[in-house]
Order: sequence, then structure tokens, then C-alpha cells
Amino acid sequence: MSTRSVVPFGPQHPVLPEPIHLDLVLEDEKVVEAVPSIGFIHRGLEKLVEKKDFNEYTYVAERICGICSYMHGMAYCEAVEHIMNVEIPERAKYLRTIWCEMSRIHSHLLWLGLLADAFGFESLFYQSWRMREKMLDMIEASTGGRVIFSVNKIGGQLKDMPKDMLNDFVKQIDGMEVELRELTKTFLGDYAVESRLRNVGFLTAQQAHDLGSVGPFMRASGIALDMRKTGYAAYPNIDFEIITSTVGDSYARTDVRIREIFQSMDIIRQAVAKIPDGEIATPVKGFPQAGEYFMRVEQPRGEAVYYVKANGTKFLDRVRVRTPTFANIPALLETLKGCQFADVPILVLTIDPCISCTER
Amino acid sequence: MIEGENIKIESGDLVSKALQMKTDGYRLVQISSVRTQTGYELAYSFGKEYDLVNLRVEVEEDAEIMSISHIFEPAFLYENEIVDLFGVKINLISVDFKGKLYRISTETPFK
Repeated sequence: MSTRSVVPFGPQHPVLPEPIHLDLVLEDEKVVEAVPSIGFIHRGLEKLVEKKDFNEYTYVAERICGICSYMHGMAYCEAVEHIMNVEIPERAKYLRTIWCEMSRIHSHLLWLGLLADAFGFESLFYQSWRMREKMLDMIEASTGGRVIFSVNKIGGQLKDMPKDMLNDFVKQIDGMEVELRELTKTFLGDYAVESRLRNVGFLTAQQAHDLGSVGPFMRASGIALDMRKTGYAAYPNIDFEIITSTVGDSYARTDVRIREIFQSMDIIRQAVAKIPDGEIATPVKGFPQAGEYFMRVEQPRGEAVYYVKANGTKFLDRVRVRTPTFANIPALLETLKGCQFADVPILVLTIDPCISCTER
Repeated sequence: MIEGENIKIESGDLVSKALQMKTDGYRLVQISSVRTQTGYELAYSFGKEYDLVNLRVEVEEDAEIMSISHIFEPAFLYENEIVDLFGVKINLISVDFKGKLYRISTETPFK
């Protein structure tokens, strides 16, 4: 007869860059149930909208997350722009697209490094983060910040990227693509890596749908849903297919994220080739009129939902942020059921958890 | 852009409407709460492909509503958050954190 015990996992754990706690109910080494516990780093950033005016809140939104900071700021600006009926210039839309994809590349490379670190492949971790540094250098060159870009504003962008810089970025990305192809051989072809990821943590398409999962975690289970297809920024003018896998295990999630990096590189090339000259921002006067908007964007971890409600004054009534990790927690709990205790860290990582934005 | 659709419903119809959304193949996207002069307005967002449908429910200050976590499993996290931060009374949440989802040192719910 098996022995049942409860083992606490987190909030401090070597594989967790941020705090989440799970009570794991085990039968011998098999997980039969996981109960989550969050709330260690709730910062009340939504509440702050009562004290910061609608322009200042852009900077708060950018600080919700230290990895997809740019997309938080952009999603907030897009929501307010919809309420104010502001059409931003075409060039600003392309700039947003380029910076979004640069964010996705650095986020996915960060995740690949963390994953390699979690299963003890240190040189793979170094290589992933070495590549990520190149992207961070490009981000710093174009925005002045490595993590917090601070280039969003309601009505467009605060900074432009000159033609020479964009062409230089494309050249650097071409070089990164060659390196990533080498890295991919190890991530998807190495026996040691495969043995830790293959057939671990299955999530079926039906489960992914019913449990409300989002992003690469959902797409690796075969659901082709990507909020970039809803048509924000310059994505309607970019040719790209949604990347999916039908397998639904940890290996498939890695495969999807790696292919998304290649795709982001291609999107940047397309955007640089198509970006028009012109203004980078539309002048915005007055306060947002009474109204509301649900803005959905595709962040590296998946769909984020920004609900903004305005009342006609400079202070908004409400900003509510549904982050991708928040949506992925119920599906994570499902994938943990039946797994081996030793696989728990890998499985937690495969949703690419970002707890600081989850708790806001 | 694909815009969302808003449908106002009574709080007593919430469970049956949620069940209908489930039957129609929608997934739960999010639940949010906003303070109004007399209480709260909750928005239950459901998605099907890229369509977004928001069921809007007005709830009086001390009124109680039913959880939809037995229909849409992920709802338990959203509902616990709303109980924590807004103090909306939601009954029969599948995993009920009793107002302690977030470990906040100041008194909650925020009024």
C-alpha cells in the first residue's frame, strides 16, 4: 500500500525565480494533487490607478512585469487609445510590433536558459543567456533601458529607431538565428534533454481549453489561438502562421517556444522592411471620455487582458490586468497530477511562470 | 480589431448563463470587478476562437452571488481574488481561500 504525504514546494526553491507555493499531495513519488498558494508579492498596482493620472499610469503598467514590461505598457496605451478614439501613426504601429517581438525573443531565451538550468545543463543555460544578452543590448541601444523600455505613450511612441539602427538589428538577428539553430540541435535533439522533457506533463487540447490556459502552453496542446491575429499594432500587415504542436508534453512546449523565436525574428525582418516614414505619435488632448475597453494582447507567456474603465476625468475608474500566468495556473495543477515528484520543477517551469505580474 | 460583446444579466441568471456558455463551447477568459455607487459590477469574459463575450452582472453591496467554479474550473482563482480585494460575497467556490488568497499586511477588502 502506498504512503500518502504532503510536501510543500516553494515559495523559495532553486528553480523558482519568483515565489509560488504548492502543497503537493504525494503517493510515494507520484503527485496526486497540487494546491496552489500565491500572494507573497501582491503590490496593489491596479489600485494605484486611483492615485496616478491616466498618462502616469503608463509607467506603472510597464512595471507590472520585468520581462514583458513593454507589452504591458503597450496594452494599457492601446486600451486608453480605443476609449479616446485615438489612431496612432503607422510608424508607431510598426515600432510597437518590432519592440514586442524583441521582447518575445529575450523572454523566450530567458525561459530556455531557466529550463536548461532546471535540468542541470549549465552550458546550455549559459549559451541561452549569452544570446539573450545580444537582444538586451539591442533593446538598450534603441530604448535606453534593458528591461523597462519606457517608450510607450498614449498616442504612440516616445522614441524612434533610425533606419541605420533597424538595418543593424536585422544583421545582428541574422547572426543570432545561425547561433539559435545550433542551440536548437541540443535543446530538441540531445538525449539528456529529451529524457527530461518527452512524455512529461501532458495537457490535452480539451484540458487546455477547459482550464483556460493561454500562450505557448496552450498552443503546444494543439490549440491555434494567438491574440496577435486580433489585429493590434502592425500585425495585420505581417505574414505569420500560428505555431502549434499536437503532442502537449514538456518537449512540445519547448519546441513551440523555440519556433516562436525564429518566427519573431522573421516578423522583425518583415516589419523593418515595411515600416513607413513619418510621425511616431499623435498629439492627445484632454482626458479619456467615460467608457471602457477590453484589450487583448499576446505576450510571450500568452494572452493578457487589459480592462480599462474611464469616467471623463484624468483619473481612471479601473484598470484590471489578467496576466497569462494567472490563467495558466489551473492547467498547471492538472499537468502535475500523476507526474513524478522529481519532474515538478520542470513542469512548473514549462508554463513560464511570472509571479510578479500574476499578483500585480 | 476584434471587439468584445457585452451582455447585461441578472445575478440570479449567472449560473444558467455560464452553463449555456460552457455548452456553446466557450472558455473562461477572466472575471473582473468594478466598484459602483451601490455595490459592484462583475464582468465574466468568455472566449471562443477570437470572439469575446462579457456577461455583466450588477451586485448590491451585501448581496451574495453563486460561484461558477463548478462549471468553469479556473474561475476559483478569479473569484477568490474578487473576494479578497473587493469583498464581494461569492458562495460555493470550489477551492475557497476564505479571503486569504493574497497575503496582504493591510486590511482587505479595500473599500
